[in-house]
Amino acid sequence: MVTKTKKKSENVSDYTTTQLTALVILRVVIGWHFLYEGIVKVLNPYWSSAGFLLEAKGIFKGLATSIVANPGALSFVDFVNKWGLILIGLGLIAGCLTRVASISGMVILFLYYAFHPSFIGYTYTTPVEGSYLIVDKNLIELFGLFVLTLFPTGKIIGLDRLIFTKKRPS
Amino acid sequence: MSEEKNNKKGEKPKKEDEKSGTFNRRDILKGLATIPVFGPFFYALFRKKWLDDQRRKEILAELGIRGETPAVLPKAAVKRRGELIRLGIIGFGGRGEALAHAAGFAHPDWIESKKKDARENRLDKGLETFLNQEDLNVVLTGVCDVFDVRAERGIAVSKNDVRPGGGSGLLKGANRYRHYQELLESKDVDAVIIAAPDHWHAQMTIDAVNAGKHVYCEKCMTRTIDETYKMTEAVKNSGVVFQLGHQGRQQETYVKAKQIVEKNILGKITLVEVTTNRNSPNGAWVYDIHEEGNPQTIDWEQFEGPATHKVPFNLERFFRWRCWFDYGTGLSGDLLSHEYDAINQILELGIPKSAVASGGIYFFQDGRDVPDVFQAVLEYPERDLTLVYSATLANGNSRGKVFMGHDATMEVGYSLSVTADWESTRYKDKIMNKIINTSLPLFTYSPGLKEIDTVTSATERYFMTRGLMYTMRGGRPVNTAHLHIQDWLDCIRNGGQPSCNIDRGFEEAITCHMATLSYLEGRKVVWDPVNKKIV
Repeated sequence: MVTKTKKKSENVSDYTTTQLTALVILRVVIGWHFLYEGIVKVLNPYWSSAGFLLEAKGIFKGLATSIVANPGALSFVDFVNKWGLILIGLGLIAGCLTRVASISGMVILFLYYAFHPSFIGYTYTTPVEGSYLIVDKNLIELFGLFVLTLFPTGKIIGLDRLIFTKKRPS
Repeated sequence: MSEEKNNKKGEKPKKEDEKSGTFNRRDILKGLATIPVFGPFFYALFRKKWLDDQRRKEILAELGIRGETPAVLPKAAVKRRGELIRLGIIGFGGRGEALAHAAGFAHPDWIESKKKDARENRLDKGLETFLNQEDLNVVLTGVCDVFDVRAERGIAVSKNDVRPGGGSGLLKGANRYRHYQELLESKDVDAVIIAAPDHWHAQMTIDAVNAGKHVYCEKCMTRTIDETYKMTEAVKNSGVVFQLGHQGRQQETYVKAKQIVEKNILGKITLVEVTTNRNSPNGAWVYDIHEEGNPQTIDWEQFEGPATHKVPFNLERFFRWRCWFDYGTGLSGDLLSHEYDAINQILELGIPKSAVASGGIYFFQDGRDVPDVFQAVLEYPERDLTLVYSATLANGNSRGKVFMGHDATMEVGYSLSVTADWESTRYKDKIMNKIINTSLPLFTYSPGLKEIDTVTSATERYFMTRGLMYTMRGGRPVNTAHLHIQDWLDCIRNGGQPSCNIDRGFEEAITCHMATLSYLEGRKVVWDPVNKKIV
């Protein structure tokens, strides 16, 4: 019984209302960003990750080059990237499979960062809208998702509440 | 379980839910709490897309371009390639070998080195591009070069069956002819590619025409003004098909640029600027001197040929002939010729009314007599237009071809972009209404793209202008020289005029020679269109 009382409920949290609100807002804005990034890529028939990959630096440079050199691999990466972004975005906003969405989002952001790290000495010709020293917005968004993974909200505010909560007995 | 936990946390489920056995209202409300976010999201998305589409539609309507306008090359109906054409090559140096590639023949060493390149860099598609070239149904039957090493290389190239459409093992290979006249007399040659130095172009072409051989001649078409008249007359009075080697005629962006000018999108064009920037010894024609080059392996007498200023055997002059006016015309014939021909293709300018040129030998002071910094101003008063050529061989800054019109500026290179002028009369209203933004291109176009692009983010636009997005996937890169040779062969087989025929060649040669003459004599040189003479 002691362990049972310590175990946190699936749909009732220890968060205060303000904490919960902040976490849900963070989840929704990151989801919004993912969803839109995915949709613009789907809407643009000429979008391709080739340009991004060709500019890759660091340990994944070789892998990026191989992907671009292989049209099949490139279209696979393009497909996974844009639809992945959309699904993650939908998941985060709706709070649906939130844990999977958060972790997948972290993986995708990690890949973006790993292919284009903002390390000292690395310069890119891709236009960027800010100034970065090692830490860039991909990394910040990644840690935002890390926070959301550790402080989940989907089962409190989100479809996961309906998905993962057992129906009450009659 | 959950009920128990809820109770532990002090949240008692409502009674009606306990009875119904479904989620309680709180569950439903909290479960769907963030769904309304999709409302503003999709509202904003569709609003943005609608605005972008409207803007795009308005721009396209203003420009008179339909969104789906294709920029395909104006290629005539499918050509017959039934009849085998036997080619001879005169001059098998760097350019001669490059043209052999374009025709579908490569040296075994080149194939091996390209295989190695492809292994080391998977983006190196040199070999793949070559092997994917269309089989033009030609064979190399004759090679002539005054340097033994190059002639032998030509023979090896002609025999190599690793080629587009190859593998039959039936290639007999070319004969080597010591003198180009012997090659022209051969019954085994139907058509010749002339890639000898410029001072030989006219004589070789005239002799080829007299021998009834079709001619693909490298630029600059001639070295002197007099030669230009003689060569033009000879070709025009014959039935041979003549193509001048400006492969830029096959460049897709130039075709698109011409359409844009014809639609008057730029307004009145008063200034066009074309440039050459190179910054390496190789770019300045300081080519390697082959270790086997000596008076025994090089037929110096035949090399000099029609050159009026004869000198004793000289390796530098042989391997780096572009550095001397005895054999070529330096920047004028080598590179202004390309730039001029591109503009002549797009604007159909013809020969300028006048030319003024200046420059000097400012960096490569290595004994050459042609300038390495060279500027030429070509006037077209009847078109209310000036064409400026600006070149240096000692700086690598990239400058595109820029067409300056009253309403917009067009920059043409591998890709093309048009930017509205902030003081344009035509676009004034749309600029004021923020439909047109003069700090960004009005539209961009890259080869392989089906339509022009008016609304994209800065990043997308950036990659497009660099041609990165649309060249690597699906579409295969094609060698323009291959298309140019194909154009020539199609006309040999099926009649018609190639894209850079003798008339375009005459305009190219006279224009370049006007600039050269102006530089050499330090004066303004004028063209008399009535008597067709340079004054």
